[in-house]
Amino acid sequence: MATPDQPIIAVSGLVKTYASGFQALKGIDLDIRRGEIFALLGPNGAGKTTLISIICGIVRPTAGRVTVDGHDIVRDYRAARSLIGLVPQELTTDSFEPVAATARFSRGLFGKAPDPRHIEKVLRELALWDKRDTQILALSGGMKRRVMIAKALAHEPRILFLDEPTAGVDVELRREMWDMVRRLRSEGVTIILTTHYIEEAEEMADRVGVINHGEIIMVEDKASLMRKLGSRQLALQLSSPLAAIPPALAGRKLELSADGLQLLYTFDTQAETTGIASLLREIRDQGIDFRDLRTTETSLEDIFVSLVGQRR
Amino acid sequence: MNLQAVRTLYRFELSRWFRTLVQSILSPVISTSLYFVVFGAAIGSRMAEIDGVSYGAFIVPGLIMLSVLTESIGNASFGIYMPRYNGTIYEVLSAPVSYVEIVTGYVGAAATKSVMLGLIILATASLFVDFRIEHPLWMMAFLVLTSVTFCLFGFILGIWATGWEKLQIVPIMIITPLTFLGGSFYSINMLPPFWQQLSLFNPVVYLVNGFRWSFYGKADVSVALSLGMTLLFMAICLAVIAWVFRTGYRLKA
Ligand SMILES: Nc1ncnc2c1ncn2[C@@H]1O[C@H](COP(=O)(O)OP(=O)(O)OP(=O)(O)O)[C@@H](O)[C@H]1O
Ligand SMILES: [Mg+2]
Repeated sequence: MATPDQPIIAVSGLVKTYASGFQALKGIDLDIRRGEIFALLGPNGAGKTTLISIICGIVRPTAGRVTVDGHDIVRDYRAARSLIGLVPQELTTDSFEPVAATARFSRGLFGKAPDPRHIEKVLRELALWDKRDTQILALSGGMKRRVMIAKALAHEPRILFLDEPTAGVDVELRREMWDMVRRLRSEGVTIILTTHYIEEAEEMADRVGVINHGEIIMVEDKASLMRKLGSRQLALQLSSPLAAIPPALAGRKLELSADGLQLLYTFDTQAETTGIASLLREIRDQGIDFRDLRTTETSLEDIFVSLVGQRR
Repeated sequence: MNLQAVRTLYRFELSRWFRTLVQSILSPVISTSLYFVVFGAAIGSRMAEIDGVSYGAFIVPGLIMLSVLTESIGNASFGIYMPRYNGTIYEVLSAPVSYVEIVTGYVGAAATKSVMLGLIILATASLFVDFRIEHPLWMMAFLVLTSVTFCLFGFILGIWATGWEKLQIVPIMIITPLTFLGGSFYSINMLPPFWQQLSLFNPVVYLVNGFRWSFYGKADVSVALSLGMTLLFMAICLAVIAWVFRTGYRLKA
């Protein structure tokens, strides 16, 4: 039934109206590819957690359909759910349970036979092995989050949902976490993460989806997204004002600021040559002096802000 | 059937109990002893025999029922309310388990505790009074049946409750009065006719009497009726739980 190039998760026409009457998802269509890292970006209240919760079986869909590796999440929930590991946004743990015991519990709950070696591997990878007999209440926040990841990985899921995994996690731990995510992907695990840190999506994801007000407004390969929108600007701060761009430089895509003190050059980061070296030579030849220069890049953040801004 | 999951939930719930084992055993032992000192020895010596059974022996089944009902409701409601309250319920809801498996795990564990508690009280009582058990198998059957039924009821309570107060108030306001008025400490035949009639609407009367019959072969109402009423109450609880899971009531938004 499931073939390798079939999406591992297929969401179609998914609508969620909460009991309050609030429509959190307004007809989501989304395919997640096998083995990719997919980043779901969206402002607070966009519907990210709602979407994940429906796929995982915690929230009931109002309309629409979701299949996980070909299994319908409602009709065939056992097959669908046993493939999924979920790390929810909120830190929710059984405070009095020791770390290893809670991971074993998760494994058993998902119907897997006990496997101390796998539990040990997961705990070691998350630097929790030394804390295996410690009660969860005695751990720091960052450790608790790792415990939640350990619980999700305890049953060897093929799909891992990370709902804002790096909230409240320090830089070093964050890097370790991303190393782990990459390692999981190299083992063939599909990863869907939500984050508010756009640089994370930029660094980690193969594809990026932007969701706002319960609608997916864009899904793109990160590379092509950056290519499409990723232009750079070179800004030269001139020593003395320039009345107009000299005719010798007319062939270049240059703009002069109103005060005549700044020259802007826009170039494509993906092009063979940026033409910066020759431009700087030509400017020098024209006798134009500059005291400073800097380049700016359109980041995913800019793209995101402009996309979300348009829909407001 | 995800038996592994049922076993996991069951063990988890029981292990919580075992962590506080001493307390779990000591408190019923102490309270039972107190009941016997007060009702059995102090008051009981002035009471006439009921149906040829000494008062001290007469109250044994009722006393066990009183504790079993209270503990069943308390344990089962706490067992499911706690993960709802601290949020860990997400994992159970996202696991490949059916609701039958979830209920079996939680209610099975709570009922196990209740049955053990009942037996502990029985053993404690035997230190204070002489009593006989005419139908031991029926005694076990009533004990298990009552435990399961009231754990199911507790499970419903734990799902319905939206705060700790609600969790406390139902046992205090409804169950304790029903148990005390349910003939745990007296025969309903001792009541004026009006109150006798009214007692027949109290489900606990049937539980206590069925249980007492298994001890002494005598009861205020017939065994068949006792059994029937217990099963009816159980069926109602099961139906409510089925509805809870079908609609996701207070479990899934
Ligand atoms: N149980 C609920 N009942 C009613 N409304 C809800 C419920 N859960 C979420 N919502 C609403 O649905 C919308 C989407 O919430 P959701 O948690 O999916 O957002 P999110 O994208 O995950 O946000 P964040 O980045 O803050 O985590 C919000 O407006 C929220 O208030
Ligand atoms: Mg969220």
